[in-house]
Amino acid sequence: MTNLLKLFISFLKIGGFSFGGGYAMLPLIEKEIIDIHGWMTASEFIDILAVVEMTPGPIAINSATFIGYKVAGVWGSVVATLAVILPSIVIILIIAHFLSKFKDSLYVEWAFRGIRPVVLGLILSASIGVSKNAFIDFKSVIIGGVLFYLISFKKLHPILGIVIAGTIGALVY
Amino acid sequence: MYFKMFWTFFKIGAFTIGGGYAMIPLIQEEVVEKNGWLDTDEFMDILAIAEVTPGPVAVNTSTYVGYKLKGVKGSLLCTLGTILPSFLIILSIVTFLWQYRQNEVIDKIFLGIRPAVAALIFSAVYKLGKNMKLNWAKIAIAAVTVLLIVGMNISPIYIILVAAFGSIGYFKMKEKDI
Repeated sequence: MTNLLKLFISFLKIGGFSFGGGYAMLPLIEKEIIDIHGWMTASEFIDILAVVEMTPGPIAINSATFIGYKVAGVWGSVVATLAVILPSIVIILIIAHFLSKFKDSLYVEWAFRGIRPVVLGLILSASIGVSKNAFIDFKSVIIGGVLFYLISFKKLHPILGIVIAGTIGALVY
Repeated sequence: MYFKMFWTFFKIGAFTIGGGYAMIPLIQEEVVEKNGWLDTDEFMDILAIAEVTPGPVAVNTSTYVGYKLKGVKGSLLCTLGTILPSFLIILSIVTFLWQYRQNEVIDKIFLGIRPAVAALIFSAVYKLGKNMKLNWAKIAIAAVTVLLIVGMNISPIYIILVAAFGSIGYFKMKEKDI
């Protein structure tokens, strides 16, 4: 019981203070899990990260499920996962509620007009970041180039694109 | 409708590999283009909100979309849909597959998927940019953002805040001129 409570509080903190999503959470998780509670060693943590990056889903959710299970079994994973998303849900509900009230405010509209191009830049930066690990040789550049064309101009569904690329990877490497 | 919302976010959760921004192309395809639950502007707004609030982008987006469509109940349902695949997949990995984690075929599949994920995000930028009716000012803001983040490692939160207040100031001054 105390472990479950500790897990809940730890992941509530992780969920509540990780701005920027995903990778921004890792230092926080590391601190709570390894340094404060000693639930696992640094090398176990790196193994978990490798799996978390390879499996679908948000990194925060995957890590919470994984670490929760290691610490306290299935209930541990349930508790850690719920705790990590609870702050976001509450905060977004509050914002969504107020946004629907102030939707017609000029100030809100003005603010977002400036923010939208920034978001485009954010996504572009993310794709540049991902590219560093993705385009490692000639084959990967071809895979990426062809998929970009098919998804942007030929309406290929992104999910289908991922499945096709995974299959090609298994065949050509 | 409830089932469609749940299923849409379940798919998004199940096929996002690499976390965070890798979800954006999927959310865009399913939520903006296919179902029209958000328009491009709203989608950009919620991404900005997700960026300045804590928590995974996918959870923030699903909560917001769910709330917009069907209130609190909708938001819980969409969020559950997003996290359930990861939860189930990770649980089955720790219980059954942990010993097979060094596997050559899996490594090869990921060599193919990684460039695909990068391509997906690039095409999301392309589609969003097209829908946003880009002009030179918007392109300049986006380019400066990329420089600040990739080149100088500045936190997106600050850039968003500066853009928000800068933009309010700009339109306020323009209003006075007229």
